[in-house]
Amino acid sequence: MSSRRRRESSRTNISEEQITQLLSTLRQLLPEIPHSHSHKASSAAKVLKQTCNYIKTLHREVDDLSDRLSQLLATIDADSAEAAIIRSLLI
Amino acid sequence: MDSQHLNPSSLKSRFTARFLRALIKINAQKPISSSSPRDIFQRYRRIKVAADKSMAYSVRSRRTWSRATLWKLRSRSRRRLASSGRRLSIKTRTTTTTTTTTTSTNHRAAIVEKTSHEKENKEDHVGLAVQAEELRELVPGGESMDLCNLLDETAHYIKCLTTQVQVMKKIANLYSLE
Repeated sequence: MSSRRRRESSRTNISEEQITQLLSTLRQLLPEIPHSHSHKASSAAKVLKQTCNYIKTLHREVDDLSDRLSQLLATIDADSAEAAIIRSLLI
Repeated sequence: MDSQHLNPSSLKSRFTARFLRALIKINAQKPISSSSPRDIFQRYRRIKVAADKSMAYSVRSRRTWSRATLWKLRSRSRRRLASSGRRLSIKTRTTTTTTTTTTSTNHRAAIVEKTSHEKENKEDHVGLAVQAEELRELVPGGESMDLCNLLDETAHYIKCLTTQVQVMKKIANLYSLE
């Protein structure tokens, strides 16, 4: 029983290191906000909160772009545009 | 900046190809002349679903979040097929309850954000758990993940979302130039 408890505590120590590593990865992905004095040790909760806000922003952008595309699809002709777009995007 | 030599098997190219194919299909379904606001709204819904679906398919089952998205989409289409076949009013009631739960979770998320400001000053771990809850609701499939996996999945999810937005922006700009 005690061995299991010892194993569990070592597992949480390892995962704390992993968590700090993953948090720094996330921090690099987030858009930089040069406004605030960027403490190197910004709390984990702050990083998570910035992540949540960023994901919400991205969702909203996808919504807006889908809206724009739905209106644009109504006004353009299909086939020629498709080939041109594919060529320009993938080359 | 424009001359990006894209790897044909990269996530970006896979997503672009799939999404464009879906757009062509959506465009072919409705006649272009009918641009009533209801048709436009339906098309907006289809495009949004196609975008999320294309990205999830391009990632396949390699990630928990993509698996969760694909499962959600498939179960939704299965439900819709079943309800259209039998015309049960009960099915429509279940879809309305899902929309009310999303509004209640948004409300809860707003309260959580306010309280997390106070909690952050007091204890970092408490704020962390609260923010992790909010993150779990945003990332598909996040409810059943521990914190480690949640952060890992979130990083990949953000990377894919930014790719999605990038490609959709390019397509929208190209279409609007035509």
